[in-house]
Amino acid sequence: MAEFNITINGKKLKVDVDPSTPLLWVLRDHLKLVGTKYGCGIAQCGACTVHLNGSAVRSCQIPISSVTDNKVTTIEGLSENGDHPVQEAWLEHDVPQCGYCQAGQIMTAAAFLKSNPKPSDEEIETAMNGNICRCGTYTRIKAAVKTASNSHIV
Amino acid sequence: MSKVKTGIGRRSFIKSVSLAGGGLIIGFSWLGCARNTEEAEKELGMQMPDEWFELNGYLKIGDNGIVTIYSPNPEIGQNVKTSMPMIVAEELDVDWNNVLVEQAPLNTAIFTRQLAGGSQSIRQGWESLRMAGATARQMLLTAAASQWEVPVSELSVEKGVISHSGSDRTIGYGEIAKAAVKVEVPEEVELKNNGDFKIIGTSRKNVDAKKIVTGQPLYGLDIHRDDMLIAMIVQPPSFGMEFKNMDAEKAKEMPGIKDVFTIDTYPEDMEKEWSDTGAFSKLVVVVGDSTWQVMQAKKALKVEWDLNPEMVKQIEILEKSPGLMDSGGLENSDIHNSLMAQVGSKKSEMIRKDGNPEAAFKNAARVIERSYSCPFLAHNCMEPMNFFANVTGDKAELVGPIQTPEFAEKSINKRLGIDLENIDIQMTRMGGGFGRRLYGHFVIEAAVISQKMGAPIKLVYTREDDMTNGVYRPAYHVTYRAALDGNNNLTGFHVNAGGMSESPLFANRFPAGAIDNYLAESWAVESNISIGAFRAPRSNFIAGAEQSFLDELAEEMGKDPIEFRLDMLKRAKNDPVGENNDYDPARFAGVLELVRDKSGWNNGNSSQSRGVSAYYCHNSYVAQVLDLTLKNNEPVIGKVICAVDCGIVVNPDAAKNMVEGGTIDGIGHGLYSQLSFKDGTPQQSNFDTYRLIRHREAPKQIDVHFIDNGIDPTGLGEPPYPPVIGALANALYKATGKRMYKQPFISELQGDFKT
Repeated sequence: MAEFNITINGKKLKVDVDPSTPLLWVLRDHLKLVGTKYGCGIAQCGACTVHLNGSAVRSCQIPISSVTDNKVTTIEGLSENGDHPVQEAWLEHDVPQCGYCQAGQIMTAAAFLKSNPKPSDEEIETAMNGNICRCGTYTRIKAAVKTASNSHIV
Repeated sequence: MSKVKTGIGRRSFIKSVSLAGGGLIIGFSWLGCARNTEEAEKELGMQMPDEWFELNGYLKIGDNGIVTIYSPNPEIGQNVKTSMPMIVAEELDVDWNNVLVEQAPLNTAIFTRQLAGGSQSIRQGWESLRMAGATARQMLLTAAASQWEVPVSELSVEKGVISHSGSDRTIGYGEIAKAAVKVEVPEEVELKNNGDFKIIGTSRKNVDAKKIVTGQPLYGLDIHRDDMLIAMIVQPPSFGMEFKNMDAEKAKEMPGIKDVFTIDTYPEDMEKEWSDTGAFSKLVVVVGDSTWQVMQAKKALKVEWDLNPEMVKQIEILEKSPGLMDSGGLENSDIHNSLMAQVGSKKSEMIRKDGNPEAAFKNAARVIERSYSCPFLAHNCMEPMNFFANVTGDKAELVGPIQTPEFAEKSINKRLGIDLENIDIQMTRMGGGFGRRLYGHFVIEAAVISQKMGAPIKLVYTREDDMTNGVYRPAYHVTYRAALDGNNNLTGFHVNAGGMSESPLFANRFPAGAIDNYLAESWAVESNISIGAFRAPRSNFIAGAEQSFLDELAEEMGKDPIEFRLDMLKRAKNDPVGENNDYDPARFAGVLELVRDKSGWNNGNSSQSRGVSAYYCHNSYVAQVLDLTLKNNEPVIGKVICAVDCGIVVNPDAAKNMVEGGTIDGIGHGLYSQLSFKDGTPQQSNFDTYRLIRHREAPKQIDVHFIDNGIDPTGLGEPPYPPVIGALANALYKATGKRMYKQPFISELQGDFKT
């Protein structure tokens, strides 16, 4: 066990865990930020996607020891009132079915739109390809990403 | 208006009225009423009432008119948590904006069928949900009439406000609720005419959507209690093996680990429920403080496994197969496939026979025979199996994702000897179900572990545990034969279907009833690989096979595939063969005609390769036209046009979402997914080797059209899945000139299919 000082959603926090513990489990078990989901544990499904300094990463692959002073943003911290343009677009298109993968989808989409604010359909599909939706909401996800890309404030 | 006896829910109404008594009813959401209330105030801009009045088990009304409706059935992503309360709200006549929804816990005294399965929640809940709303409405009206001393017939309701036609008096539901609680439950209530619906048939957003997109705790895996421990299992690596012994010393000394032990989930003398399907009863369990610590300890365990004599004995047929001689009864996919291909003709049981199929085939000018097969599939819910259990003395508290809470309760009663009334089961939103969570062995495992630890625990499966845990969609095989006379008329039809270890046959479905000489046969091969219901059980394979065969048959007969089916349906309608045909030919034809028109089928309205398919299951009818092109031997699916007859559509946009999802799910599994075995060991255990459909592979566009016929609702969660595999196979044939006989099709396309 070791102490780590980390910054999650703008808050400075201290956790005492094994250095190999993935960020995913620190968030879920120790910080009770359970919006970040466990799906596969091997960076194949994207359910655990968070932002590290604004970039989408798989939190199941990041040991807490390597987080250091990088800024972590989770779905809970994406916006103050749940009104990030991507979240708004998700609500507008009523995307979720079971909903389990959607936090990861939203985090991937939000980081992607920041780097490519006006993507083509093909670029959206490629950017989102690492996030599995078992219910098959892919067409709605694409529509929601397009809507968010037109919101001019991503 | 139609009058309906309230008898079905009578017990619940009586009970809840005596419960209510005008007092404050405590919410039983696992997140807690206070939190819900707080969130509702903040997010929905609702003012919470000071007092709630429960008029029956389905709803309570606040003194300010806010209504809470309890959604009885488990939510697995089919959106019943929104659509079931919509039905109650419709008959109650309230403003949907004033409705809060809470998941009801298991309560068999109030609710009749708290189960997510068979696409039946809306169909079977339709009457009781309407009655619950109408009964409460009637009680509110009676109370108002009595207060104003006027006849009930002079009152009307608009959005939760009662008006008197003979005066300008109005009163809100919230103001009269206290008096309404004391009104006797009506023996009979009137239900609305379809034309008067104000909520049913209008699109309403998923009631949990805001929580989902902001990452609020909703799922079983999100449960946390301060004194809770994490438990994980270690199971045999192969089907046919069982626990022998272990060295747990190192694991037990690891940080955070509380204990390592074995459990027997289902002792031999336990009377099982049908839902108690599990591949491995004896499991190694590791319990510790946190998930990561337990995961590490699992890896440090040294477990020895042995052949399970019972499981190996089961597979007598397999043992006679040369390929299994040296494997000691552990199964391989290549043996499965060759066995299935051989057994059908030898071991079949006749299920249905019309006319004289033998003569038809004997006298045929031509016989067309084709065989189709598919592999085992894992459900792969995105949220792996898990459950929270807190067993203390003679009480059990169980919270988590389960499609069959009522059966889980009975199993807990039998396994732990705890009285039913002391077992509290609460349902969380589920990260997918697809049939996997019908089989609640993990609920029993969690309870047994909690009892042993004397502590609240959350049982968590890793993805690998989940994918290699069995309860799979069976591997199936079907052979179709068609007899054609010298004029290319279809004179006989023969279907011979089976699988490991159940048959996918539906002998009384189309094209039964449309062909004079018809023979349906069924068989099964034993296996020690455990199977279970997977979205649209049996249909999920046989629809695609049958619809591919009919496509090939139509081509051989020189007919348009849609006209060919419509001609047969005409026959089934006007002069049906046999009496047990379980489909309505007119409704079946309806979806085919709609998809034909919407896709511009007759105008050759697509530059892409196009396939059609239609199927009836779960009381509903779906037809699909799928367009694709090929790029480097990989299909690129342009568009799928769906025509659906599921009767009245309660929540159109959500229903459309369900059809889109089912379509993508069917395409994905038919095209990409398989679970194969070597020496009893699943060869895929995570998403690096098990291929699920991804964004790029999904159709670019899905159009959904519903038949508007006012018939009471039928199933929707499952029906869009089965037929699309046929449409896909038929479109792939157009693109490649090659018929698809083996799923997953991608292996056939890329020429690397391994049997």
